[in-house]
Amino acid sequence: MFLIDCPWCGVRDQQEFSCHGQAHIARPENPDQLSDDQWGDYVFFRDNPSGIHYERWVHSFGCRRWFNAVRDTSSDEFLGTYKPGEPPPVIAEKKGTGH
Amino acid sequence: MARYQQNRLPTGGRIDRGRRMSFTFDGEEMHGYAGDTLASALLANDVRMVGRSFKYHRPRGIFSAGAEEPNALVQLGEGAYSEPNMKATQVELYEGLKSESQNRWPNLRFDIASINSAASRLIPAGFYYKTFMWPASMWMTYEKWIRKSAGLGKAPTHADPDRYEHRYAHCDVLIVGAGPAGLAAALTAGRSGARVIVVDEQSEFGGTLLSHPAEIDEIPAMEWVGAVTAELRGLDNVTLLSRTTVIGYYDYNYLVALERVTDHLPPGTGGSLPRQRLWKIRATRVVLATGAIERGLVFADNDRPGVMQAGAVRSYINRYSVLPASNIVVFTNNDSAYRTAIDASANGSTVTVVDIRSSPRGELIDKAEQANIMVFRGSAVTAVQGRTRIRGVEIMRLNAAGHGVIRSSTTKVDCAIVATSGGWTPTIHLHSQAGSKLIYDESIAGYVPGDGVNINPHRSAGACNGSFDLGKCLQEGLRAGHAAASDAGHEGEMPIAPRASMEVEGPMRVLWTIPCKHPVGRGPKKHFHELQNDSTVGDIHLAVREGFSSVEHLKRYTTTGMATDQGKTSNLIALGVLSGLRREPVQSTGVTTFRPPYTPLTFGAVVGQNRRELFLQERKTAMHPWHDRNGAVYEDVGDWKRPRYFSTGQESMDRAVQRECLAVRNSIGMMDASTLGKIDIQGRDSAWLLDMMYTNAWSKLETGRCRYGLMLNEHGMVFDDGVTTRIGEHHYHMTTTTGGAARVLTWLEEWLQTEWPEKQVYCTSVTEQWAVAAINGPAARDLLSELTDMPLDAESFPFMSMREGRVAGVPARVFRISFSGELSYEINVPAHHGLYLWEQLVEHGARYDLCPYGTESMHVLRAEKGFIIVGQDTDGAVTPDDLGMDWIVSKKKQDFIGRRSLSRSDTARAGRKQLVGLLAEDPKQVLPEGAHIVAEVRDKPPMPMLGHVTSSYMSPNVGRSIALALLEDGRNRMGEQVSLKLMDGRVMRATVVDPVFYDKDGARARG
Repeated sequence: MFLIDCPWCGVRDQQEFSCHGQAHIARPENPDQLSDDQWGDYVFFRDNPSGIHYERWVHSFGCRRWFNAVRDTSSDEFLGTYKPGEPPPVIAEKKGTGH
Repeated sequence: MARYQQNRLPTGGRIDRGRRMSFTFDGEEMHGYAGDTLASALLANDVRMVGRSFKYHRPRGIFSAGAEEPNALVQLGEGAYSEPNMKATQVELYEGLKSESQNRWPNLRFDIASINSAASRLIPAGFYYKTFMWPASMWMTYEKWIRKSAGLGKAPTHADPDRYEHRYAHCDVLIVGAGPAGLAAALTAGRSGARVIVVDEQSEFGGTLLSHPAEIDEIPAMEWVGAVTAELRGLDNVTLLSRTTVIGYYDYNYLVALERVTDHLPPGTGGSLPRQRLWKIRATRVVLATGAIERGLVFADNDRPGVMQAGAVRSYINRYSVLPASNIVVFTNNDSAYRTAIDASANGSTVTVVDIRSSPRGELIDKAEQANIMVFRGSAVTAVQGRTRIRGVEIMRLNAAGHGVIRSSTTKVDCAIVATSGGWTPTIHLHSQAGSKLIYDESIAGYVPGDGVNINPHRSAGACNGSFDLGKCLQEGLRAGHAAASDAGHEGEMPIAPRASMEVEGPMRVLWTIPCKHPVGRGPKKHFHELQNDSTVGDIHLAVREGFSSVEHLKRYTTTGMATDQGKTSNLIALGVLSGLRREPVQSTGVTTFRPPYTPLTFGAVVGQNRRELFLQERKTAMHPWHDRNGAVYEDVGDWKRPRYFSTGQESMDRAVQRECLAVRNSIGMMDASTLGKIDIQGRDSAWLLDMMYTNAWSKLETGRCRYGLMLNEHGMVFDDGVTTRIGEHHYHMTTTTGGAARVLTWLEEWLQTEWPEKQVYCTSVTEQWAVAAINGPAARDLLSELTDMPLDAESFPFMSMREGRVAGVPARVFRISFSGELSYEINVPAHHGLYLWEQLVEHGARYDLCPYGTESMHVLRAEKGFIIVGQDTDGAVTPDDLGMDWIVSKKKQDFIGRRSLSRSDTARAGRKQLVGLLAEDPKQVLPEGAHIVAEVRDKPPMPMLGHVTSSYMSPNVGRSIALALLEDGRNRMGEQVSLKLMDGRVMRATVVDPVFYDKDGARARG
């Protein structure tokens, strides 16, 4: 059960929140000018990384506001939360094992 | 044999000899004392066999003195209080306790299924998988037989009369385990002022010190425990929980613990206290001080009743004052078991030590020999005499490598107990559940805690950290408590560790399997590494021979560690044996994942107080009291209780619905429509928002007018529908489906907050603010005119408009919209006037034969009109065009949610499933909803399918059955005959027709 830092309310239990998938996917401004493939990418395709993931959450049973979070999906560690429109925090890349 | 606590020692122990208690085991009455467990009381009365094993039905006895018990599972209590699979080693004795052995029939001594044991060569690992695979149709028969013969006690047949509760708690430092390390941690953390919770499984604090006498700062260790506990109890910031087991360690230091509040009392005598309490604890820091569990040596027939952990025997002697036998063999690979030998000998038992090490040396060995205990070095127990009670053992010398025996060295020793120790396994379950790493420590032949993870900051101290020396336990505990409190912002003092004396132990010798005369797995004798699931070393050999040599495969193939004890005494041995067969170090073999719960918990505790109305809250409309008084039969829609129909006594639902539907079309019907989702939308950009969310155009809707809208998701599929009304310049009233209200509000807010934050629109749920009575039928206008002075003629108040005024003296918004297809007014009033309005309408409606109706009639009436219900006639893959509703999709708007998807190749193709009407061949037959329309009828599936029935009713107004269906290329099949293959094998036929069955031009609603 995660602890999530709502940018408006502070740290709350996960059961107050819902996750709504990948963040920073802007709705295309001119859908008509997109090919089926391009539109399909927007509608159907999302990243599924093992590692750093920028995602949207909503404080459903709290302030009902949306925000973004950076979570490491391999450890479930939240590396930051921020309001919509704010720039994502800079996350240092994990150190590789190579040279 | 009479039972008179013949194994009870005359003095000592932590029992209260002033409180004698009677109890029964398999109907036989015996006595014990307060402070006993059921296991210690049974041992005191010389009960040796307590159950039969899971697979082979071999006689089994008490093996341990704690949570790791694999054998002594009993059925406790009677009737509704009956509970299976209780570990006798953890059941505290109370007056009148009733217990029964499990897994035997007809009784423990004579068990028919013990034939399994004789036939064991025919039941190897994977036997069930191999044998009962074929024919698959017989599995149901096999399964019943397997379950009967492998039963684990009986579930009670009555409802649980006990009460359970949940409790949430937060703390700076949670300490799991109140043995020496845990108490030391509690001292430093508690003194720092941090909020501390100390949780311990046992009835009293002390952990290992309860069983194993020692001195701390030159006083008896239990006096130190008493002093520490008293100090902690005096601190307001410290909560002490005994009889509480942490069963799971979840993300972000969220730990769940089960407190057995009144389980130690006779059933039903807990008074106002719950039986059990489930704690959900969020801790800033966690200190794990969970101790270690002793594993046995795996020798021939090591499961006989009387083979016990050496530490458990010591625990029964010292804590419970029970000497299990007057002659004991201690069989060990390490020094710790010598303490058992010394204590047993001191209490009058004849003791023989068999040590697999050829030249053990040290303080403990010297002490044992000074006590005239015979020590066989470099030797092993190779056979056990006696099936239900041990009579003696056979001892042989091991060869140098330890994988064979020297037959010429055979000795026989009489004994009734074999106290065995194969070393101690740190209890790392919670550490592992937290996601942290494990490291194999060869010096103790066990895994110890490795690196942790950021989200679950915790420390391990004491035996669970691989530190078995008492002084080291105390030192680690003090440090862990101090550091944990400091991390949580409470800097305390780090005191000097108390002095503790403990003999220095020499190295152990690791032999995962003890050889005997026959090769392991081949002869008549069995080497059990896992007692509860009857898994043997022979099974591990077999699994590896058959290719199941990864730990994950081995676990599932042999079921090692999959019993309710989760392999607390067996997992490591299995890993050791497996690594030997794979010829690699244990750490290379890997380890299976530890999962919650650490020990089983009751469903009652999981449920807690969340039962009945506290489990799912019911939403009721303002008119609900009237419905209750007037025969409403309810249906759950979302969380709402909606009248499904109103019964006039003996009437069936079908008859009631026919009556209600006729009334709506012929006189007047009234429905409670309060549950419909209602969203108040205000702000400069409201119309712009509606244009984006609905498929049709909204900007030109006049104030006071209503419009029906379809909402799509970005895939172009229908997501919700409803009527929205313009209340003012920048003010709209949106209605949604009853079940979709919350979803639609979230949907609107999602777009506004994340995509269009610059737009000025404010959405507020007003579902509960308005009560709605919908009057439908030819007499609706006449009835309403009696209660209002609003002009109601079709010109002043046309169809699809809204007027504000007073109805029955109450301020109201009246919407002239219709879901029945009749002349209809939906009267919205503030919710607290709802019941009054309803009663006024009933009273004045009497002379128009007003008939209240429910959701079932609503469904029939709208189906007669071909109106869809989103979620019933649609399934998330249906476009407006599929519904024949292309007319509502604006061709002029540049954009709306889902628009671009409507021209994708798949959504735009011809021949998709489309909404049609179906008329069954026999007008008296109602097609079952969900029935499949097939292209070709065959005897059995697969059959090519064309679609399915979505709604189907007997319609009194059409005078026959009607149905709606989604059918491939349906609109081009008008007039065609189709076949429906039903679940029961019958075939029905129907004709494809237009989905509007009644009043096709809609004149009645506009009238």
